[in-house]
Amino acid sequence: MTTAIEIRNVNKQFVLRHTRSMKEAFVWLMKGRKGDLSERFHALSDVSLTVEQGESVALLGFNGSGKSTLLKHMSGVMRPDSGSVRTRGRVAGLIEVGAGFHPDLSGRDNVYLNGAILGMDRDEIEAKFDSIVEFSEIGQFIDTEVKFYSSGMYLRLAFAVAVHTDPEVFLIDEILAVGDEPFQKKCIARIRELAAEGKTLVVVSHDLDMVAKICERGVLLDHGNVLMDGPVSDVIERLRSN
Amino acid sequence: MTGVSDRAGSGGESRADLVVPGYGHGLRDVVRSRYLLKLLVQKELRVRYRGSVLGLLWSYVKPGVQFVVFYVALGVFLGLEQSERNPAGLPNYAIYLFSGIVLINYFNEALGNASRAIVSNGGLIKKIYLPRELFPIASTWVSAVHFVPQIIILVVACLFSGWSPTLLQLAAACAGFIIVTMFAIGLGLLFGAVNVYFRDAENLVDMLLMVATWASPVLYPWLLVRDKLGESFFLIYQLNPITVAVETFHFAFWLPTTERAEAIPPNLLSLWIPVALVTSGLMLIIGQLVFRRLEGRFAQEL
Repeated sequence: MTTAIEIRNVNKQFVLRHTRSMKEAFVWLMKGRKGDLSERFHALSDVSLTVEQGESVALLGFNGSGKSTLLKHMSGVMRPDSGSVRTRGRVAGLIEVGAGFHPDLSGRDNVYLNGAILGMDRDEIEAKFDSIVEFSEIGQFIDTEVKFYSSGMYLRLAFAVAVHTDPEVFLIDEILAVGDEPFQKKCIARIRELAAEGKTLVVVSHDLDMVAKICERGVLLDHGNVLMDGPVSDVIERLRSN
Repeated sequence: MTGVSDRAGSGGESRADLVVPGYGHGLRDVVRSRYLLKLLVQKELRVRYRGSVLGLLWSYVKPGVQFVVFYVALGVFLGLEQSERNPAGLPNYAIYLFSGIVLINYFNEALGNASRAIVSNGGLIKKIYLPRELFPIASTWVSAVHFVPQIIILVVACLFSGWSPTLLQLAAACAGFIIVTMFAIGLGLLFGAVNVYFRDAENLVDMLLMVATWASPVLYPWLLVRDKLGESFFLIYQLNPITVAVETFHFAFWLPTTERAEAIPPNLLSLWIPVALVTSGLMLIIGQLVFRRLEGRFAQEL
């Protein structure tokens, strides 16, 4: 087996900054740095995790347990305070679909823009364009500005772009609640297809039943610590018994 | 299922090495993602004047009105324009003024937008990793696009005043443009990154931009500075790359339309243009270094 994601002893502290102006920072310095300018809390403490290529892993835990933070370390959006994160191949985040959408651009322009943001080049997007539109079921509205879309249409188009990127590692954060039920089923089918193709998946979701269908392995996080790492059904059982 | 048909060679074992995510190569990555850069610039240009009747015309109207105001106030009222009753003024003051204004406007817009670029694209930067230098560069690029119509107006006005520049003068104008661009990107990277931590930075930039217009010979002749404040202060004045860039524009656009009556600052070509190129190049390097130092914590600070 080849390692896709390797996380070693990662620590991450967040600073809850009380102030965001130079004036207050200056006053604090002048007063001889009395008191703490900021409050800290541990988002991840000494987390180690290795994901092999082709594995599908669910990160589970309650709100604030550090799941999304861990995912952001895998994508490179955040850097650890100490420890190391390494990944192999292209990593694409299906993190909050539509982050790169602009409401004043047409659906077509947004497909190109978002595709490029997710790391595709022009030829790749052009080759997949029809397939993206077909998957999204947007049809003739593709040349309408996105601000006139219903929220379901918006998410469908965004999801369609995201699943058409072709990375080795997929990071999926709370995006499976997309659109109506038929479309949701289609999304899940697509994700399982990706898993079957040997893509590495890391999924964060509170929908435990759905996660159980997609992933084999589960990792339980609590206040930044890995509590349990095993088959997804066991981990879900443990989480539910809490 | 209506899936993708061209997923050849995906999945399976990857030959790539394990790498640390989130560490790019700075500006070199921007060159690599030039397609994305192009799309970001297009987006900015389309979105800028959305829902306005005049659209891109605003790029002509705003500098036009600004020009008229300064021309009437300074040229006519304060007597900078040369006329029969006022022989001490500058010949063709209108061209002198406009060639400086277009360049300083470009600098103001580029730096103003670049220093806000990171914060205003925070939603994206927090969620997806991409070379973050893209955003300040894209906003500078957009400003350069808005600069083009103004240059066209300037050239037309110059042609009506009998403009016939030498190659050297055109090359000097290009150097001026490069100086301003590098300086704006360098400062834009610096303030754009600092702005994430302290939103005071954008107010500081607004203040700097106000000073910049007056710290260069845009509205008044450079000779005033030397005559009133002396040679040594003039040296300091000349160290500002924007000042040198404005003078190259005077050299290229205004000087050929006059009787060569007003000399340009001594050593502009042999000394000051190289100095300004080096200074703005250094600013670019400093901006990039600070940016790379600060970008690691963008996602959590935005």
